[in-house]
Amino acid sequence: MNISRKWLKEFVDIEATDREYAEIMTIAGQKVESYARMDDEIKNVVVGKVLSIVRHENSDHMWVCQIDIGENEPVQIVTGAQNVHEGDLVPACLHNSYLPGGVHITKGKLRGVLSCGMLCSFAELGLTQNDVPGAYADGIWILNDEDCHVGQDINEVIGNNDTIVEFEITNNRPDCYSLLGLARETAAAFNVPMKHHEPVVKGGGKGNLFELLDVEVEADDLCKRYCAKMVRNVKIEPSPKWLRQRLRSAGIRPINNIVDITNYVMVEYGQPMHAFDYRYVKGVKIIVRRAGEDKELTTLDGNVRALTPDMLVIADETRPVGLAGVMGGENSEIADDTVDVVFESANFDGTSIRKTALALGMRTDSSAKFEKNIDPMLTLPAVNRACELVELLGAGEVLDGIIDVINYVPEPYEMPLEPEKINALLGTNISTEDMIEYLRREEVPVEGMTIKVPSWRPDLRRMADIAEEVGRFYGYNEIETTLMRGATTRGGYSKSQLLENAAGATARALGFNEIITYSFVSPSIFDMVRVPADSPLRNTIKIQNPLGEDTSVMRTIALPSLLDILSRNYAHHNKSAKLYELAKIYLPKDGEPLPEEPKRFLLGSYGAKETFFSLKGEVEALLDALNVKEHEYVAITDHPSYHPGRCAALMIDGKQYGILGQIHPLVAQNYGISDEIFVAELDFTELQSELADERTFKALPKFPSVARDLAVVCDEAVTVAALEGCIKSAAGKLLKGINLFDIYRGTGIPEGKKSTAFSLVLRSDDHTLTDADIDPVMESVLKALAEKLNAVLR
Amino acid sequence: MKEMLEQIRVRALDALDAAQDSNELEALRVQLLGKKGELTAVLKQMGGLSAEERPVMGQLANNVRADIEKKLEARKVELKAKALEEKLKAEAIDITIPGDPVSLGHKHPMNKALDEAKEIFIGMGFQILEGPEVELAEYNFTKLNTEEGHPARDRSDTFYITDDDSVLLRTQTSPMQIRAMEAIKNPPIRVLAPGRVYRKDEVDATHSPMFHQIEGLVIDKGITMADLKGTLVTLVKSLYGEDAVTRFRPHHFPFTEPSCEVDVQCFKCHGAGCPTCKGEGWIELLGAGMVHPKVLENCGIDPEVYSGFAFGIGLERMAMRRFRISDLRLIFENDVRFLEQF
Repeated sequence: MNISRKWLKEFVDIEATDREYAEIMTIAGQKVESYARMDDEIKNVVVGKVLSIVRHENSDHMWVCQIDIGENEPVQIVTGAQNVHEGDLVPACLHNSYLPGGVHITKGKLRGVLSCGMLCSFAELGLTQNDVPGAYADGIWILNDEDCHVGQDINEVIGNNDTIVEFEITNNRPDCYSLLGLARETAAAFNVPMKHHEPVVKGGGKGNLFELLDVEVEADDLCKRYCAKMVRNVKIEPSPKWLRQRLRSAGIRPINNIVDITNYVMVEYGQPMHAFDYRYVKGVKIIVRRAGEDKELTTLDGNVRALTPDMLVIADETRPVGLAGVMGGENSEIADDTVDVVFESANFDGTSIRKTALALGMRTDSSAKFEKNIDPMLTLPAVNRACELVELLGAGEVLDGIIDVINYVPEPYEMPLEPEKINALLGTNISTEDMIEYLRREEVPVEGMTIKVPSWRPDLRRMADIAEEVGRFYGYNEIETTLMRGATTRGGYSKSQLLENAAGATARALGFNEIITYSFVSPSIFDMVRVPADSPLRNTIKIQNPLGEDTSVMRTIALPSLLDILSRNYAHHNKSAKLYELAKIYLPKDGEPLPEEPKRFLLGSYGAKETFFSLKGEVEALLDALNVKEHEYVAITDHPSYHPGRCAALMIDGKQYGILGQIHPLVAQNYGISDEIFVAELDFTELQSELADERTFKALPKFPSVARDLAVVCDEAVTVAALEGCIKSAAGKLLKGINLFDIYRGTGIPEGKKSTAFSLVLRSDDHTLTDADIDPVMESVLKALAEKLNAVLR
Repeated sequence: MKEMLEQIRVRALDALDAAQDSNELEALRVQLLGKKGELTAVLKQMGGLSAEERPVMGQLANNVRADIEKKLEARKVELKAKALEEKLKAEAIDITIPGDPVSLGHKHPMNKALDEAKEIFIGMGFQILEGPEVELAEYNFTKLNTEEGHPARDRSDTFYITDDDSVLLRTQTSPMQIRAMEAIKNPPIRVLAPGRVYRKDEVDATHSPMFHQIEGLVIDKGITMADLKGTLVTLVKSLYGEDAVTRFRPHHFPFTEPSCEVDVQCFKCHGAGCPTCKGEGWIELLGAGMVHPKVLENCGIDPEVYSGFAFGIGLERMAMRRFRISDLRLIFENDVRFLEQF
């Protein structure tokens, strides 16, 4: 809501700089978003009088003028306009002047003749023909009829000596979408009296309103109140200058006196109004109803609007003549030859108006006000104010009487003032008298200990609401700052949050950077990572009204998000990247309104140092940090996103908890990456139920361990896990560890075979091992390897 | 003989002083004290001495030997020290050569800011709570005193999952207030609930359709607005330093009453007004208020007995301010050159 400080002054007189005003209003609860002087853009332009005008010596279309600007000497200005005459008052842009749009005027020579500035048109001053009706558009703006004097700053002449203040009005204060509402707030914040004005209508126009017009409200659920008055024998003409300038300060284009009056009242009272041309109201009846069968209406702006049956319209007996609360119809518009006018001042249901405006994509000043649910008590003073202005402007004859259809029972709201409870909630010690005084300032009367809530304050219903009012005038910043007392609570992380922290810390220690990605994705991600067409993963939570296809479904896999970021880094020529994310996925659950939202822990990398085994080692470190229990890896050859020969599943007790490996080259290609990419996806939520027993101390070994190296030659197909398993079961309990240290193929090893070398760590808990203990163990290991896996000592 | 001994002493001590390394010392030891050494040779002549002279000379010879041995030992220590000194000198390196690279990963700046906030509130007895992002309209709106028809519910602002608008992507972390009260039931409640939220905003330098909030909720007997202020001032001072200045101004949220917004004085201009604060001198930080009695009632908590406060902080904005990040898009772009700065 923008208001003019000049206009505001009509209702409340305060002395404050713009900045002070903004500060005080903001602190009192009406936040000022911005403020701007209207004369910011125009500098050093004054009213000048043309003393003489002669032809330019070197031009047949230019004139050299001597302009009196109220100083000792006139200034010489050259103009190319043809509508300037001796004695005219004109806007003179002097040397070093500014015009809207950052135009800078300086003196200079025009075809050899000095020009100390420029004469300008109204358009160059940022005005439109609507702002200055009757002014000549294609030349210099002649100010002879503008009530101004030589040397006067042009900003004063056009009403720019004003500040426009933009307020952020909160939803609970529809009353503040008006000049009067903000004047009331201003008066309260500055603790000065407000100058009220009760509209007075003389009336006496010829004719009986009730014979000329009837109003029927069919849709009484959407229209609480409808007031109508009539004005006859109107003379449609431009509004006077003061009214036009006020509308311009409110950002509204002046049209003609009748329309301008409705807009003026809307700004002042916050009550949108409409004026119909009476001769087009067929059947002399106004009906407020739903559109129903009517399919379209051409609105004032000339657009044909498609109606839906629930939209509220204003109709005559035959057809809609206006879109209620949004915009009038073209078919009943005020025209230059309008004679009789119907003023509508009604209260329409906010939600209905909002939905209509939204559906038609036409949020107007009027609909924006209605959608806040404004006070139905406003309709009457507003229509009276409009008629008062008609009389003030001499624009027509107002008929006596008013049609006032009321479809609700006004219920004055009263509530007790509860000072103890208010102080207890605020943590203050404010006296009852002060509380009553704060409420009085904003025109909320208290009688005895009863608060009489005014109709425009539907936000005041409970003690807490009153506490806010008391608090804001006492000053939020005056309230003490204390720390909570009462029972102490045990704060902290939950077990699973601690695990998340540990996983992140470990990943970072391993060199992975944390990323954060969107949880909504494009449905095309499934093709990108080659998820089969019939995979249940493609069953996603879908957003009904997404911003776009790219963010239209909730992810059921986190891999594409990670690949996307790897791809972006690759495209940015980052040579390597190691990334991790703790990512939620969203899995629809049959028969439940909400999906499951388990977490996945992803590691992903590309770069010269990255291999399957570097990743596997990192996964091992992570599982160790999390204290995940005994697990194994099983080769996966058919995961569509992964390299069929370089992919493993993480298994615990026969159940899969994750996958790791090299991304399938076709998938990498889809993401524009020609390097090898390595990814591990751990089912983080599920993994938390597979943690090992809490670690406790075990005594350090008392006797030394012995290492024996062993290299065996076996078929390529025999896996290290198979060899290790065989060694373990054959060696018995003296074996405390196996470390693979070499795999060799080449000279000395037959084709299709490999040599695998292990270091076996042996130890006894009750004596120092000797060859006599160890030799039989090694013999049985070798025997088992040979028999079971055809692996022989190299 | 006496002279011979004195001569040996003088020569030996000089020779030992002149020795340059441990090998020379060993050679001198053999030459002087060894079985075939000079001193032994002199002693062998003792037999020719008188009985009176013999003990005197013996005494002298022992003194000479002791002196030589003492000197020998001292020189050994000296030379060893010298040798070590030279070795260390030879081993000197150019310490300006870079260390072997160890790449340490970095926490995302937004989570870094979040973790700072979490620590502050954990210190005040808050527990950290998480909840669903795909949420019921009932929790996101209705129970938070945001009736049907409220503009925040519009499809132009909120992402909906179902046709009937009953399931949505939560637009705020405030439904966690309801979930916390329903889960904990009996106050005292002190909960911090960070998480993702979604609003229908196009991506630009300050907007994203997905962003993060931190919700805070305290319910207990006798909780006041003064407590709310105290808690938030503690947060601001912890985040931005002891001299950070805060300002509370009235605002409106459907689920708190009284409500406020909290500004912090601009760090750059200290309130004078500058481009960073758009000339206002203050930067908006968060929204807060006393929990609306209707919300308490909706969760089965008697507003006549208990009161509480709640607050919501936009995490992106907090992190951007904390680390002076200029563009929100950088946060979700995750370029390693960006991530490694934090």
